[in-house]
Amino acid sequence: MDLLLPGTGLLFWQLIVFLGLFFILAKFAWKPILGSLKEREESIQKALDSAEKAKMEMASLKSDNEKLLKEAREERDKILRDARTAGNQLHDEAQNNAKKTADKIIADAKSIINTEKQAALNDIKAQVAVFSLEIAEKLIKKNLSDDKSQKELTETLIKDLKLN
Amino acid sequence: MRKPFFTAIPAILTLFFVAAFGFPCWAQESEGNHSDTTDTTHVQSHSDSTSAESHGEEHGKFNPNETIIEHVKDAPIWHFADHVVLPLPVIVYSSQKGLDVFSSSHFYDENHKEVEYNGYKLEGRNIILTSTGEEVLNLSITKNVAMLFITAAVLLSVLLSVAGSYKKNQGKAPKGLQSFMEPIIVFVRDEIVKPNIGHHYEKYLPYILTLFFFILFGNLLGLLPGAANLTGNIAVTFTLAILTFMITNFSGNASYWKHIFWTPGVPLPLRIIILPVEIIGIFTKPFALTIRLFVAITAGHIVILSLICLGFIFHSYIVGFGASLVVVFINLIELLVAGIQAYVFALFTSLYIGMSTAEDEHH
Repeated sequence: MDLLLPGTGLLFWQLIVFLGLFFILAKFAWKPILGSLKEREESIQKALDSAEKAKMEMASLKSDNEKLLKEAREERDKILRDARTAGNQLHDEAQNNAKKTADKIIADAKSIINTEKQAALNDIKAQVAVFSLEIAEKLIKKNLSDDKSQKELTETLIKDLKLN
Repeated sequence: MRKPFFTAIPAILTLFFVAAFGFPCWAQESEGNHSDTTDTTHVQSHSDSTSAESHGEEHGKFNPNETIIEHVKDAPIWHFADHVVLPLPVIVYSSQKGLDVFSSSHFYDENHKEVEYNGYKLEGRNIILTSTGEEVLNLSITKNVAMLFITAAVLLSVLLSVAGSYKKNQGKAPKGLQSFMEPIIVFVRDEIVKPNIGHHYEKYLPYILTLFFFILFGNLLGLLPGAANLTGNIAVTFTLAILTFMITNFSGNASYWKHIFWTPGVPLPLRIIILPVEIIGIFTKPFALTIRLFVAITAGHIVILSLICLGFIFHSYIVGFGASLVVVFINLIELLVAGIQAYVFALFTSLYIGMSTAEDEHH
């Protein structure tokens, strides 16, 4: 029956020793052990989390880069296209301007030539008139140097008059 | 710390083998030698004074029943073998004689017979005053109390050194003894305490860890040859169960008590029947804890001792050898039981605490 009934002495010592063990272990063993375990688990978790985060960041960075590259490519194409159209426009404009200027120069030249020609013609006409008058005078002076020829002229003129 | 532990593993294994194999063989041999060197017809009476199981042998007859019970029970002295006896201090208090401390060797004469000393007398495990026959308060350091101190010392040295390596190796991988203990501690925390108690488990973790390791170390050390049956003593298991009982009920929340006294979701007439059942239930839990550990460990010791006794009963080397082989096997099972019982005690403690602190989520 002793086996089945707890003895006072052992009950007393068990209680004292176990409580002592509990307090000592709780303070000097479980606290540092569980603390370190928790700390280590947290640091592992943190490392895993940050690795995951870094991976995500890398992925987003990569997609960002690709986006940037694509944008840059588009930008470059646009600039090139713009430059080409601007160049063409400039080229066309320059051509037009040149043509216009050339036309104007030609037109001016033509009008100057005409004016000069007119002036020259007028000059020539005046000269020819002077020359004709001088010739005529000389002829008349020679032909009318005697009376007979004067009379003949007069008769011719009268004849002409009559005919008219 | 880490090297000696691993080099100690073969030593520990050897110890277990000695416990399982060597001890009974040696005991049997010594018995056999006696029977060979002396007259074989007088073996029983001869072994009365020489055998380690001498108390069990009254009237010259070997009594395995008493031998085994003597081994399993507590005693005022620590009896390892013939003439290898460790006397332990007796501490008694009585109102008549006050506090008295003396060696328990005074209670025995040279033939290991119980005698009176200084007005005190052993009566079973109690000590009475010879004058009045009154029982005195006996706080002696008995075999089990000494074993308790040894267990506590081993537990403290192991766990404090592990805690020291945690401080030393802060932020580094565990090493040596620390890496041996860490999975066990993590197992207790993650497989026993956390799932059964829930999110506020941290408050109860030190208690359950202490409980688990105390029982585990007590069970394992109790298997050593000559060791006392500490965790198979009902006073020890009862104390542990009472602590669990107090923690469970003191941390019980309103919904725990409501479930006991006014079980929700049950028709009124049934509640009257359920109430006493629930109240009995509060007390059957620690009772079951007490009995389970006590029976499991004591039964294991009894089985091993019974098998060892076979050699003495049959006075045969062959039986002794065969029994020793079985003892090896039973000892291996006992190692398993040591772990399982520590696990079960911690598991049920967590379960009870978890039940008493659970938030009322159903009904």
